[in-house]
Amino acid sequence: MKDMGESASYLDRTRLASVFAEAHPPLDHHPALVEASRCYFCYDAPCVEACPTAINIPQFIRQIASGNLRGSAHTILAENILGGSCARVCPTEVLCQQACVRNAEEGRPIEIGALQRHATDWLMHHEPTPFTRAPTTGRRVAVVGAGPAGLACAHRLALHGHDAVIFDAKPKPGGLNEYGIAAYKLVDDFAQREVDFILSVGGVTIEHEKSLGSDFDLASLRRTFDAVFLGLGLAGVRALDALGETFAGVRDAVDFIAELRQAGPDAPPTIGRRVVVIGGGNTAIDAATQSRLLGAEEVTIVYRRGPEHMSATGKEQRWAQVNGVVIRHWATPTRLLGSPAVTGVEFERTRADDAGRLTVTGERFVIEADTVLKAIGQTFVPDPLRMPDGVALVVEEGRIRVDADRLTSIAGVYAGGDCVAGEDLTVRAVQDGKLAAEAIHRYLAG
Amino acid sequence: MADLATTFAGIRSSNPFWLASAPPTDKAYNVVRAFEAGWGGVVWKTLGEDPPIVNTCSRYGAVRYKGSPFAGFNNIELITDRPLDVNLAEIRQVKRDRPDRALVVSLMVPCVEQSWKQILTQVEDTGCDGVELNFGCPHGMSERNMGSAVGQVPEYVEMVTNWCKQHSRLPVIVKLTPNITNILAPAEAAKRGGADAVSLINTLQSITGVDLDLMAPEPVVDGKGTHGGYCGPAVKPVALHMVADIARGLPGLPISGIGGIGTWRDAAEFIALGAGTVQVCSAAMHYGFRIVSDMIDGLSNWMDVKGYRGIEDFRGRATANYVHWSDLNLNWKTIARIDPGLCIRCGLCYIACEDTSHQAIAALREDGRRRYEVIDAECVGCNLCLHVCPVDGCITMEPQPMSGPKITWNEHPNNPLRQVAAE
Repeated sequence: MKDMGESASYLDRTRLASVFAEAHPPLDHHPALVEASRCYFCYDAPCVEACPTAINIPQFIRQIASGNLRGSAHTILAENILGGSCARVCPTEVLCQQACVRNAEEGRPIEIGALQRHATDWLMHHEPTPFTRAPTTGRRVAVVGAGPAGLACAHRLALHGHDAVIFDAKPKPGGLNEYGIAAYKLVDDFAQREVDFILSVGGVTIEHEKSLGSDFDLASLRRTFDAVFLGLGLAGVRALDALGETFAGVRDAVDFIAELRQAGPDAPPTIGRRVVVIGGGNTAIDAATQSRLLGAEEVTIVYRRGPEHMSATGKEQRWAQVNGVVIRHWATPTRLLGSPAVTGVEFERTRADDAGRLTVTGERFVIEADTVLKAIGQTFVPDPLRMPDGVALVVEEGRIRVDADRLTSIAGVYAGGDCVAGEDLTVRAVQDGKLAAEAIHRYLAG
Repeated sequence: MADLATTFAGIRSSNPFWLASAPPTDKAYNVVRAFEAGWGGVVWKTLGEDPPIVNTCSRYGAVRYKGSPFAGFNNIELITDRPLDVNLAEIRQVKRDRPDRALVVSLMVPCVEQSWKQILTQVEDTGCDGVELNFGCPHGMSERNMGSAVGQVPEYVEMVTNWCKQHSRLPVIVKLTPNITNILAPAEAAKRGGADAVSLINTLQSITGVDLDLMAPEPVVDGKGTHGGYCGPAVKPVALHMVADIARGLPGLPISGIGGIGTWRDAAEFIALGAGTVQVCSAAMHYGFRIVSDMIDGLSNWMDVKGYRGIEDFRGRATANYVHWSDLNLNWKTIARIDPGLCIRCGLCYIACEDTSHQAIAALREDGRRRYEVIDAECVGCNLCLHVCPVDGCITMEPQPMSGPKITWNEHPNNPLRQVAAE
């Protein structure tokens, strides 16, 4: 029997299923054709430039229009082997679709993400991987982290004939696609199906529940393998400088999402009646929206600056609002109330001064809450990278320093994804992994 | 308010919009619905001798273009498959009920004078307004030496037209096939035979596509296909050209324009090139008879804006400007202009010009932003960029000062056969 304060127990199975149902269903065949026919097949297309993995977007859309779905999927996957999940989770409204020339013409871009999904879904349903490996080279590369960066790197290395061994701390591969993204964005176990698809090319093995720093270290990887790729995630979660973080009912939003994703509709995590989510990124949006869908009566996102400063896109913000989430801007938490369980959060109103710096106004208010989800950002924890031989991996501003080839300060050691500087996007992680693999390939040949 | 009434080869109709002889005019039910929708006239689907022909299943093929159905349309249906007396009775009744509308009857019988004489007598008895001789149908009937098999031989056209004029008092419209090298030859033959008017174009021989699974031309009938007659928006340019050739070559011969007409604007173009009425089929088969209401309204509004009170005020106005290539001014010069405010930076003008024309557009970057600019010295004013640009009005062709007085190929020094003024 669940606690009466935890409202998920009131949801019947039908409603519960909808919590895990897909937010944006795929395009059917005909709508996909109509949408594809809207594409102008631009030359030097701005959308390609706006895609971190530089997918030849006009080409894959033209291939959909011509009925060449196999070719279309190949065009996508050749640049982005995680094209299926990127089609689902990319904030296309600030990437390819923002650059679409149709915006200038009629304010309505081509639905590039939906079309990308149409093509990649078709391939994954109908055909095996379209890629074949080059003859094996006998070279072995260690990849740390089975998230998008690590998977993209391992796949590309495998294509070049190298063998990749992925070490991952979690029981399942996929990284944030498996543990960190709202359920309604990646349904039907897509993250695992995509991993299976990627691995089907061969040459890649995964060692599960093996953590860098505890089960092995960087020095041993360098000794045992011909090269190393670090595709680590962000292990640290920022703390609130507000008293009372240990109250019951206060938790990290990423943990809540991970629990939700792993539980599934049969045993969803419980959620309070009144939820406050602190933060302004996609994790805050995902956690708040999932809370509402799970039955929370009042869900409020509180962010210290304005809507234009949130790292969640306008589309994501509207998605939360459409689902009944209230977003309050320009307030920062000053105190958590309650004991032993949280009962509310005290906030102080903020504003930007003339120089744009955030200042507090002294005006305070309280939002009652039985659940507080912290989503104020994650940090890279470099401790596991320490090496006994005194060689130091250079970390700058909290992330591993890499060059354009994603090479770290140590020869043969490359890095990409969230552990290096850049936007925290799946598609950017894929590009890092891909570029690093190409650089490793050149390094091994040299 | 413009007056759309027309008198064509002596046949009066409240507007120039007729339905062509085709499936939409096969029986009274359809024709009555068409008149209720506002069509000025119909040409009843072609009658033949009993026993009636037999049609296939299926009958239509279509060309889709970029997701749009019906860019082109084709049929392998033949003339009416109903008994002659059934058609004649319905024609008589419809004409009696709607005397204000034009009702022309299309005919096709073997090239035997007695056959034509007999059917003309029966048709004239219905009270219809005229007959149209189907010398155009390019499939099926042509294999039986009728339809386009007649229309492709000017001597036959003249002969049958002559018979019809001898054996009937009704106006005779000769419907021409476009499946011929020079449309003037059968048109002149029709005129020699005494035709009151010509109508064109009938359909073009065509295969709309190939079913790559069945490995058969479409439409497929039990695993086989045959060529059909092509119509719809795709054939309009062919039709405009043939109408214009006749308007220029045989001035005074009334023309009913047919081919890809779906809007008032299409109709206005045919009329501007000399057509007195226009006939529609494919567009009605696509959307139903209701399309005529905007054709009437749109043509009327456009005529009001232009100050044309009646159809004759603008009919044939473009004919005088339809000249031979050798009469075009070779010193006329335009240069493309790209409006940066309207440009959406799709790059289509650039790649079209760069790959396939004159390398006259520069692809520039200004602070990372794309800018496409015409290189005046290279631009030959060909219009390609204008046509590939998806934005209306973004690219315009700007007239330039001429390098000299007007000069045509007929007068040009490079022309070995140039006309030189007598000394």
